[in-house]
Amino acid sequence: MKNKSLVSINDFTREEHIRILEIAGGFEKQPKQRILEDHVVATLFFEPSTRTRLSFESAATRLGARVIGFTDSSSSSVIKGESLRDTILTVSNYCDIIVMRHPREGSARFASEVARVPVINAGDGANQHPTQTLLDLYSIRKTQGSLDNLNVAFVGDLKYGRTVHSLVQALCNYNTTFHLISPLELKLPSSVKISIKERDLEYSQSTDLQDVISKVDILYMTRIQKERFSDPLDYEKVKNAYVLRNSMLEGAKPNLKILHPLPRVNEITTDVDANPKAYYFTQALNGVFVRQALLAAILGVVE
Amino acid sequence: MEKENLRKELKVSAIENGTVIDHIPSGSVFHVIKILNLTEYQNQLLIATNLDSRKMGKKGIIKVSNKFFKSDEINKIALVAPTATLIIIKNFEVIEKKKVEVPDYAENIVKCFNPNCITNNEEISTKFKVTDKKELKLRCHFCEKITARNNIAFR
Ligand SMILES: [Zn+2]
Repeated sequence: MKNKSLVSINDFTREEHIRILEIAGGFEKQPKQRILEDHVVATLFFEPSTRTRLSFESAATRLGARVIGFTDSSSSSVIKGESLRDTILTVSNYCDIIVMRHPREGSARFASEVARVPVINAGDGANQHPTQTLLDLYSIRKTQGSLDNLNVAFVGDLKYGRTVHSLVQALCNYNTTFHLISPLELKLPSSVKISIKERDLEYSQSTDLQDVISKVDILYMTRIQKERFSDPLDYEKVKNAYVLRNSMLEGAKPNLKILHPLPRVNEITTDVDANPKAYYFTQALNGVFVRQALLAAILGVVE
Repeated sequence: MEKENLRKELKVSAIENGTVIDHIPSGSVFHVIKILNLTEYQNQLLIATNLDSRKMGKKGIIKVSNKFFKSDEINKIALVAPTATLIIIKNFEVIEKKKVEVPDYAENIVKCFNPNCITNNEEISTKFKVTDKKELKLRCHFCEKITARNNIAFR
């Protein structure tokens, strides 16, 4: 993986995904390893995303790397009309690796082809956010012992959520049984469902959350946004149907874990937080280990 | 029949050596010229459009003297002119007739239909992998979205 950019989850093979998760496991055991002391990591956030940026910067700092960069293009030269190509070429001179978030789809692929250093995509518009997918895989593997043959439910907005799309695609490599729970307006797009069908994997589609809880190993919750509905009345009709409450978890399997990409608004009530099945905050912490693993593997200090 | 052919022939005169691109949809003639980089062509170039065609209603035709295209070069026009036929002429004789084929990749011909794609917001050549030649589906190398026949537009 040395010097390889990570733009799209499929840029890395299944074996490479697993290798990253293994390396991340090492960083979970011993988070502070100053193995990147002579390296510079640039974090270029052309749109703000505090959570993702802090996670990357924490990962880089724990490895002893220097971090340079900017958040939000309004404070940088981009506002003066500098092209993305020029920004990337210039920044390439100052660092060993670029972590980039940008509001336009395809920007990270373009940057990776222009830059003289590897690029990690920290989100390009509605397209890809591969480090989120890897931390989801890490969380699933860690809590279930394996990624193979699991029953995974995705709940909420399956139409617009890029997190859901790439995780579904990644899980297709592991003989997953999918349970797709959403309002009719927000069903998983056929362009994503095709990866499930191509692998001949089992899946069910339903609008009923309660019904699926007893069947699954992982419950992946997402937020339903009001803006996604053309008619506000349609939103009002469904908004409470996809809220997870602690009382709903009674018949769940003992190994069930609840994941959520965060931030949460009201789709998981706070009484779930104390339930040992709630895993979303640990999931966010796992993101740091996974990003440490990516930085170390791509910079070639671990293999 | 003979007479009709003769009359047609007179409308656009014959070439001695070169390539005739026939059955181009009338609206696509100038796209084809652009794709094939013929705007600066120094040899004889005959262009006709809005000709009557029994098959197509109206059609365009381009005759390029002293030019024989490589197939990956000529196949690019299949994206704008899937009906096009090629006639290779040597010494006023038809040597070969063939249809254009949709290529595997399309570089800088088609616009990505996604308005938020980086290629529509920076000066970048577009690049697509043709994922479905029959239905004409193009996957953007950058934003990964599919541009299909019904929303295809040219650069
Ligand atoms: Zn695009």
